[in-house]
Amino acid sequence: MSDQLLEVSDLNVVLGESHVLHDVTFGVRSGGVTALLGRNGVGKTTTMRGLLGLAPRTGTVRLAGEDVSTLLTHEIVKRGVGFVPEDREVFAGLTVQENLKLAERRGSAHHYDRVYELFPRLRERRGQRAGTLSGGEQQMLALARGLLNDNRLLLVDEPSQGLAPYLVTEFTEVLAQVTDLVTVLLVEQNLTVVRRLARDAVVLDQGRVAWTGAAADLLSDEQVTRGLLGVGVAAANQEGTS
Amino acid sequence: MTTFVLMTITGMGLAALYFLVASGLSLIFGLMHVLNFAHAAFLTLGGYTAWLVAGASGSFLLGIVVGMLVAAALGAATETGLLRRMHGDHVPQVLLTVGLLLAFTALVRAIFGSDARPMPTPAWMNQVIRVLDAPIPNSRFVLIAAAIAVWVVMTIFLTRTRYGLIVRAGVENRPMVTALGIDVRRAFTLVFALGAGLAALAGSLVAAVQGAVSPEQGMTLLIFAFIVVIIGGLGSFHGSALAALLVGLLQEYTNFYAMVGMGDLVVVLLLAGVLLTRPQGLLGRRLV
Repeated sequence: MSDQLLEVSDLNVVLGESHVLHDVTFGVRSGGVTALLGRNGVGKTTTMRGLLGLAPRTGTVRLAGEDVSTLLTHEIVKRGVGFVPEDREVFAGLTVQENLKLAERRGSAHHYDRVYELFPRLRERRGQRAGTLSGGEQQMLALARGLLNDNRLLLVDEPSQGLAPYLVTEFTEVLAQVTDLVTVLLVEQNLTVVRRLARDAVVLDQGRVAWTGAAADLLSDEQVTRGLLGVGVAAANQEGTS
Repeated sequence: MTTFVLMTITGMGLAALYFLVASGLSLIFGLMHVLNFAHAAFLTLGGYTAWLVAGASGSFLLGIVVGMLVAAALGAATETGLLRRMHGDHVPQVLLTVGLLLAFTALVRAIFGSDARPMPTPAWMNQVIRVLDAPIPNSRFVLIAAAIAVWVVMTIFLTRTRYGLIVRAGVENRPMVTALGIDVRRAFTLVFALGAGLAALAGSLVAAVQGAVSPEQGMTLLIFAFIVVIIGGLGSFHGSALAALLVGLLQEYTNFYAMVGMGDLVVVLLLAGVLLTRPQGLLGRRLV
């Protein structure tokens, strides 16, 4: 039996006049973190949204062997997929508690103890409107929504974007902790985070898969990182130690 | 003073009517992004159903309840059977609701004729109570009481129930609601049915206040309901309540203290002023 939790074949997304993804094909192994990398605008977020049916797409998406390509977004999510979107997308007019309550999925346990243990600040602020939280706290809430239910796969889109360095470290450690519980597909620009978390990597370039393999191999290959990510290995290493 | 009290309570009655029509419209637009012109058809349906049932049973209250239930059921059927097929295509959805309104009005005219039919309302509704010496018809208090009851029940629904939570979240960010595993289409149906039921309630009450039902009753109210929705903020339930109060009172005061008929013009000027200074409406969220 395949150890691929997620198999994506010939994924194409056309948004208006723009053909964003071209026959994107890759797999995500069960357990651990697979990083989806690439320069700005290559289609990483569109890939995430396409997988969930939030962007119109063609191609095949299999989750644990089941073809979910024709399912609606909520039907895919109900099969055990959590989504932590870019820009958090918390519901600003709802309280922290209401945001979490909304994320409760029927047929799953709701791990409030887990999310409040990982993010004690959310417990303190549970009666506060999400729109009044700081950026870091909103990111905590977005991640908490994804961790509240029993998920098989967590799609996490640029969790470190716009966060202070100490918060990036905090989120990285939280993600490191939860990889025992859930497989993560991570879009991330910060190579320090990728180095810390990712076992596998998929690199997109102009809407096409340009490289797949072990994350460690990618991050040690000067030519590939400079060519596809725009960052040299030395710079990436320096970033990792800063 | 007596005249001012009379104008204020009459204006609040008018505001109550606007709120009953606008609150459903606003929620439907906020969640589904559909400008629902068929709302007026549900209003007319409520009026005619109440007229038929009250005439047959002698109970106006039963007429209201049956009208609301029939409209809610037809609203749910319209959403699931017609609008859902055009999900995301806003222009066809608007055209469909306009078509439904025109077709329904023509149907009512064909069945019941163009003339207004007298509404058998209870005698006590037309009696007056003196408030600070101002004679106020009981029907105005009924309107105000109905609007307050709807406001309270809807506020509880929106803040204390899971579907209310889904509706509030859906108004903010519908795709993200689906990304949490929620079938937002059920909320669409519920909100559409609720809106149709509230429109029917307004339809039977306006028929009682005016003492008659007519095929075009819904269309006249719909225009002001849209104005209220835009002033209050598209998708904002409490915004609709506030805007309805403003529009109702302003219209009544202007018609009496300035010139009869000028109230409509002042309301349109208010709409223009709000659109120029606060395009998202009084309690609406900024779109960009």
